[in-house]
Amino acid sequence: MDNRAAVYLCRGCDIGAALDVDALRDLVTGDLGVETCRDHECLCSDGGRELLRKDVQEGVDTLIVGACSSRLMTDAFTFDGVHTERVNLREGVVWSHEPNDEDTQMLAADYLRMGVARASKVEAPEPFQEKVDPTVLVVGGGVGGMSAALTAARAGRRVVLVEKQPRLGGWMARFARQIPREEPYRVPKASDIDARIAEVRAEKRIAVHTSCTIEKISGQPGQFDVSLRGSGGSLQLRVGAIVQATGWEPYDATRLDTLGYGGSPDVITNVEMEEMIAACRIRRPSDGSRPRRIAFVQCAGSRDPDHLPYCSGVCCNVTVKQALVAREFDPELDVYVLYKDMRTPGQHEAFYRHAQEDGRIFFTKADVTGVDTSGPTPVVQARNSLLGETIALEADLVVLATGMVPHAADGEAIRRYQDAKAVIAKGEAGAQLEAAKTTEAELRHLEGAGILHLDYRQGPDLPTLRYDFPDSHFICFPYETRRTGIYAAGGVRAPLDSDLATEDGAGAALKAIQAVELATQGRAVHPRWGDMSYPSFFLQRCTQCKRCTEECPFGALNEDEKGTPQLNAARCRRCGICMGACPERIISFKDYSVDIVSSMIKSVDIPDEFEEKPRLLGLLCENDAYPALDTAGLKRIRHSAFMRFIPVRCLGSVNVVWIADALARGFDGVLLVGCKSGDDYQCHFIRGSELMETRSQNIRDKLKQLALEDERVRLEQLSINEFERLPEIVDEFAAQIQEIGLNPFKGF
Amino acid sequence: MSATGARGSILVVGGGISGITAAVEASEAGADVVLVEKLPFLGGRVARLNQYFPKLCPPTCGLEINLRTLRTSPRIRCLTLSEVERITGEPGGYTATVRRDPRFVTERCTACGACVEVCPVERPDAFNLGMGTTRAVYLPFEMATPMRYAIDADACRGDECGACVAACPYGAIDLATEPETIEVEVDAVVWATGWDPPDAARFEGLGFGQYPDVVTNVMLERLAAPGGPTGGRILRPSTGEEVRSVAFVQCAGSRDENYLSYCSGVCCMASLKQARYVREQVPDADITVYYIDIRSPGRLEDFYAAAQADDKLSLIKGKVANVVGGADGLEIEVEDTASAQLVRRSFDMVVLATGMVPVGVGGAELDSGPQQDAYGFLRPRDRSGMLTAGCAKRPADVATCVRDATAAVGRALEFCGEGSRG
Repeated sequence: MDNRAAVYLCRGCDIGAALDVDALRDLVTGDLGVETCRDHECLCSDGGRELLRKDVQEGVDTLIVGACSSRLMTDAFTFDGVHTERVNLREGVVWSHEPNDEDTQMLAADYLRMGVARASKVEAPEPFQEKVDPTVLVVGGGVGGMSAALTAARAGRRVVLVEKQPRLGGWMARFARQIPREEPYRVPKASDIDARIAEVRAEKRIAVHTSCTIEKISGQPGQFDVSLRGSGGSLQLRVGAIVQATGWEPYDATRLDTLGYGGSPDVITNVEMEEMIAACRIRRPSDGSRPRRIAFVQCAGSRDPDHLPYCSGVCCNVTVKQALVAREFDPELDVYVLYKDMRTPGQHEAFYRHAQEDGRIFFTKADVTGVDTSGPTPVVQARNSLLGETIALEADLVVLATGMVPHAADGEAIRRYQDAKAVIAKGEAGAQLEAAKTTEAELRHLEGAGILHLDYRQGPDLPTLRYDFPDSHFICFPYETRRTGIYAAGGVRAPLDSDLATEDGAGAALKAIQAVELATQGRAVHPRWGDMSYPSFFLQRCTQCKRCTEECPFGALNEDEKGTPQLNAARCRRCGICMGACPERIISFKDYSVDIVSSMIKSVDIPDEFEEKPRLLGLLCENDAYPALDTAGLKRIRHSAFMRFIPVRCLGSVNVVWIADALARGFDGVLLVGCKSGDDYQCHFIRGSELMETRSQNIRDKLKQLALEDERVRLEQLSINEFERLPEIVDEFAAQIQEIGLNPFKGF
Repeated sequence: MSATGARGSILVVGGGISGITAAVEASEAGADVVLVEKLPFLGGRVARLNQYFPKLCPPTCGLEINLRTLRTSPRIRCLTLSEVERITGEPGGYTATVRRDPRFVTERCTACGACVEVCPVERPDAFNLGMGTTRAVYLPFEMATPMRYAIDADACRGDECGACVAACPYGAIDLATEPETIEVEVDAVVWATGWDPPDAARFEGLGFGQYPDVVTNVMLERLAAPGGPTGGRILRPSTGEEVRSVAFVQCAGSRDENYLSYCSGVCCMASLKQARYVREQVPDADITVYYIDIRSPGRLEDFYAAAQADDKLSLIKGKVANVVGGADGLEIEVEDTASAQLVRRSFDMVVLATGMVPVGVGGAELDSGPQQDAYGFLRPRDRSGMLTAGCAKRPADVATCVRDATAAVGRALEFCGEGSRG
């Protein structure tokens, strides 16, 4: 350790009372070779910080602070241009272990060894900065896209707005009335779409390209090179970030034949009803006559596992609107609404109430079983309604309230489809060809489905999750997609009404502005906001195995023809999953690397087998499991003192060599604690804990080959609030390892 | 000034999920932020939830990411125990007057807890909605930000006691702290003041306040939370026994012209989620949800579908008229809409799915504030520098609040830096 480092030991918060601090100081200045080691009654106090400040002034550039958790008192121990390494002696040692105990003292000593080992290896990250273009590209000129464009422009950014249709406005331009947004929330209001289009047209920072599509996008946030194809030919431009507001399509009603669509011209969709309202003329398509009775069938193809399993959330309000407008057009009209549940949340309840108060709009819960179109007038058949157990309701016009399908393209599926086509084109024989043929047949509907045409190794469009919505954290971080700097907004991101789509566009515009801002500074976006580190690749040793490019959840890596990874630093979220994946261990961050963590593992003092003190390594997610451990400490919940914890950026960043190193070094077991995986995953990097599951299975297989018990490596999933469970897991694991016995490789 | 030229400053009123999101998103886009929160901790209502629907994940997971930025960002100034008293000026130039009430515990606090051991006063635990107590000096909850104790001025005996002052090893307690007034200059304001649960005792016939086993949905969140008054075990408040049967009463005081005539939009999902809490703890518990309409928009429908597949969970359309205490626990009286029959049934526990009452602008005096509708929700005026977000604007779930807060910041940038220079 060079002499510009210094170690500080806090005696406050029970640390001094529970540990032999003098012995720790001797360890630091002796075995650990750090000349300067000071202790203080309360390091975060003015006096304590003064100690650090003075040393910094005199040239100390690395502060190793043995005090509370790194999650607390960050400001107190942060100095410009100085690396601070926190060693958690409070929550991690004295608050969670027996005071003045040999094992507790050994634990504190090991955490100091690990802290010094890490501090001696980390380098200050330098930001990856290149010239950026702050222009925002908005794809889609409906209400969501127009809102995104206006918001970004009014915030001072140049905007390029691309719409494939000849005019702006999307679906809303075809509708005349809107759901009310203002008090008293009761009356359908006239559409304001023309005013909105005029605002966009008048904004000098927005360049509008209609009848225009995307040909190709390459690059990264701050430096996306975009090729557009419009009526006048191709256009090349550079933008900094992208909002995808490509909207939605009505669910294909031709698939609703049991509901009479196609069977009678008098069975129409709610979109067709909008068009009649816009024309101020509601007529039966069959004979042009005025309908005397209209029946609305809610959830037509929605909330239905055979069609759209989800609820589009807007159709109930749309039906209320259409019913009220139809009644306004014709005071003699009767309207029936057959619903599963009426969904008019928030202030829209007043809108629904208005329709309920209308004496000729009748709402009933009913299970619609079909629409009979054999006669001259359609008959809606339903069960369990307020009108009777089984009813047949004749209606001159039946309106099917169909739902919204996102206008998205699953980039990963398109990639699989393209790969399959490539295999078939090559004409290779055997199982690979058969598999490719199956994939090609399954995904053939994706032919021509591309929207963004990203030049990304992992596929040309945003990856989608459930029901083809391209998001990744739809509760806490709804704008996060898995492609940095590209944000989805409006109907493509979730089913929503025009008011919410307008909001959504404004939010996505902010995210786009933010992505450019952070790219300019060379910093990461969510969830490692502000992180300046990025992975570097020692390519001379790369074997082109492609694990990094395949496993990166964010598509940050492209490949050259040979399969060598090519980093796009501004796309990177700094999770380290590539580092965990690399079998050659050639990927590292300046402040997080295979070597740094290995050094920490190797710095731990392993008692020989006769002492009967097992040593366990715990690698845990720094966002969830580590705070849970802190909370357990705060609550003074104890756990085994044989455990040595190292927080990791994501469990997916764990390189299996760490586990091998630990076992070779004499650790008796390794505990991996990550976030929940699966459909309801909690991993902030989406796939980290899932990838670790696969890797740890491989490790267990290897352990068996070495005649070691596979229980020595254990993977657990934990939520941040399970602070009572984590100590239990540690103790159970420690007990299990003691039962199995010590690592036979200890001492070799 | 940020790298791309964005600058300016935004006042965010409210430190719940909407306010935290607005503050973090604005700071990451290059703006300076002053975040004002009236309670001693950040996180608002979501910090008191056990889990979010539909993933059943803890709110602290997402909050940890946001609060890490909030704790370390040089662009965010956070004022807890503070309320906006007045705002004057116009977009691009507002002056806000903020009153900060004393915490009596200074930044020297290390959260060691020595004060709690000597404090002689118990007070109702506000974080746990009055279920259980804390001392007058307390840590709001186990993952509080800031991680510092606070003293409840109403409960503390002050100088006549002073036990905590003597016990604090770090001199972090100052019982003489006075309220202070802080003026901040900002370009735009985001109102993210959120909501309060209604007073359920007002809802005639539903028995809240009369029978201890009638609880509200916000109370049930605390009963299910590991940091809650029962350590996460859902027990009958009257006996401390495990619940065998639970009724969820939807629209308790909502969609009702006598109380809250709007729908709060989240209570259906909250009850279906809470039914899962009960199911996980008591696998054979008998659960009934009485509803008018189940509202589970978007992909939340999947969660509803899963509830429908639970054969020990009944979903009955009907509005509960009465809850009466009896020998067999609580008897509820409901008109089953499908059969048009008046039905009576007994349960161990009744959970009232109560809605959201918007907080609005509090007592702040404003030159030109947002519009307030008859329910108290705030809607921004067109192109005003006073934006509104989250449940201050409309009843909403977490995802909607987050999106809304991000959108409000996007709009606020018009008045910050480059945007405002035209």
